[in-house]
Amino acid sequence: MTDFYPHPGIVLALGGLLVAVSRGAIRSAAVVLSPVVALALIWSLPEGVLWRTDLLGYSVVPLEVDRLSRLFALVFGLMAFAGGWFALRQASPFEIPSAFLYAGSAIGVTLAGDLVSVFVWWELMAIGSTLVIWCSGTPASYRASVRYLMVHLFGGVVLFAGITGHIIDTGSTNFAPMSLDTASQWLILCGFLVNAGAPPLSAWLADAYPEASWSGTVFLSAFTTKTAVYTLLRCFPGTELLIWIGLFMIFYGIVYALLENDMRRILAYSIVNQVGFMVVGIGIGTELALNGAAAHAFTHIIYKALLLMSAGSVLYATGRRKCSELGGLFHSMPVTTLCGIVGALAISSFPLTSGFISKSMVSQSAADGHLQLVWLGLTAASAGVFLHAGIKFPWFVFFQKDSGLRPADPPGSMRWPMYLFAALCIVLGLFPQLLYSMLPYRVTYEPYTMAHVLTQLQLLLFSGLAFFLALPYLKRTPTITLDADWTYRILLTRAAHIAADLYGRSREAVAALAQSGVERFTAALSRQHEPGSLLTRPRSTASMGLWIMLLLLAHLVLYHSS
Amino acid sequence: MKKHWLDKPANVRGLWRGFLAVLAGLLVLELGVALHPHFAVDAIFGFHAWYGLLACAAMIAVAKALGLVLRRPDDYYERGSHD
Repeated sequence: MTDFYPHPGIVLALGGLLVAVSRGAIRSAAVVLSPVVALALIWSLPEGVLWRTDLLGYSVVPLEVDRLSRLFALVFGLMAFAGGWFALRQASPFEIPSAFLYAGSAIGVTLAGDLVSVFVWWELMAIGSTLVIWCSGTPASYRASVRYLMVHLFGGVVLFAGITGHIIDTGSTNFAPMSLDTASQWLILCGFLVNAGAPPLSAWLADAYPEASWSGTVFLSAFTTKTAVYTLLRCFPGTELLIWIGLFMIFYGIVYALLENDMRRILAYSIVNQVGFMVVGIGIGTELALNGAAAHAFTHIIYKALLLMSAGSVLYATGRRKCSELGGLFHSMPVTTLCGIVGALAISSFPLTSGFISKSMVSQSAADGHLQLVWLGLTAASAGVFLHAGIKFPWFVFFQKDSGLRPADPPGSMRWPMYLFAALCIVLGLFPQLLYSMLPYRVTYEPYTMAHVLTQLQLLLFSGLAFFLALPYLKRTPTITLDADWTYRILLTRAAHIAADLYGRSREAVAALAQSGVERFTAALSRQHEPGSLLTRPRSTASMGLWIMLLLLAHLVLYHSS
Repeated sequence: MKKHWLDKPANVRGLWRGFLAVLAGLLVLELGVALHPHFAVDAIFGFHAWYGLLACAAMIAVAKALGLVLRRPDDYYERGSHD
């Protein structure tokens, strides 16, 4: 009998249950301590297969640890900790329990050693995240959550079909690299990509995430897309198609974020953009690129959560989300402004921040592989990140015109998690080895060379110049930009209305036609039964004899003539 | 209410001057630092500076063009009952 190891994901979800049923100090303690216990477990679990059982003759491994899974599980646990802390004052009592179910399931996916376990946690994650959106309690968030759930259940069905087919094809539930030579593996890839926010279904992300509460969006930003990155890292490293999908996501995110007015929707588009960098890294597939993708997922979760906490604090304090109604908040919210700026610098990969040490690995791997087009794309995109998130978000929310709003910085329970994540952004930027030592492969990459720092500063600061020169063209207007979700929100609903209308009308027409047809037939039938009609008319015996003679003659001619 | 130092136009002008000086400084520094270009294009002087500037201009242009076609009032989906 081997040692028993508790599953950190289950522990976190159970902690969420405790949060749901307790009140006051016990509740607060459960919010803070559940992720701490989960983190301690993740840190202490040994590598290897820890839980194994047989299900219908297949091997199921719900708990398996290696360097990659521990890295992702750690950052998910960290996110649950800071997110729970930030959400302590959230009025909805079920948001944190839902978020812990969500985070626990994400940890479950990263610690799953087989495809069956991956699928089970995957679906629990969809439920947890939908509940988080629900907790916002507005009609708009309810409608958005239903659309969100539809997309994810669809992705789940695709994934389920892929996994079932793959198990039948190979006879094994192995969660291992795939070569995309069967239809099942393509379905698995599609299922993963739906959650990554890849085209054509990327619109769910910017549609649903900004509808959650001021604290809910912080949780949402972390788990679903990065779990997808993790599963892609596991199953599809070096799949060239992913490079092009990733590049599309990168530029889609930038262009849509540039047009967006809702501050949290800007950041939601920027999630797609950042995940695009990771997907490109997975597609390149060298050790440096895979390290870069994993490292970027780690740093991204932290600075994106920081940005969304900063935006969440603004929403909490002002009740406003649109850039066109905000501005000048640095006067009265210096802490939120400063933390937002640190997050913005990190997402832009400024030297001395966490983004610099992770994203540059992906760009470097493209250069090392002599992928000039990809490298040029990534470099342009790095400039674009500064443009759409690095400057645009802080500028329009905290500076630009003075909106006249003078709300105070949020209370301590919201400020401290921001301090923590802002500090992490800087510490990881100053001491890259802290992160590099946890990556799946050994790191020989050196981020802080004069050449790297100088070229990055040139790129970013000249992008900043471009932003301020183009400012008249970037003025915020109260508009949205149509996305692929238009097809199912407008086109398909209209098509369904038209189809229902056509069906209704054609049914009436057919019914009317049938009615009159039956009536005419019965009328004709009864007419023929009336006295003197065709069937009741008296006939003479002479004509009958003539007809029989003709029939007999015809018979004779047809059958006996040859 | 006390005016913040960033609210004074003179200070903003100063920031602009400082920013432009930093930009010029970054270009000058390139003369003294050995960059390690991977391709032919990034061996051109100031590549990251002008490429970043042009890339941003291009992305803004693409976004504006896309906006002409796809931009709608932000209550677009709430209008009528088609949601």
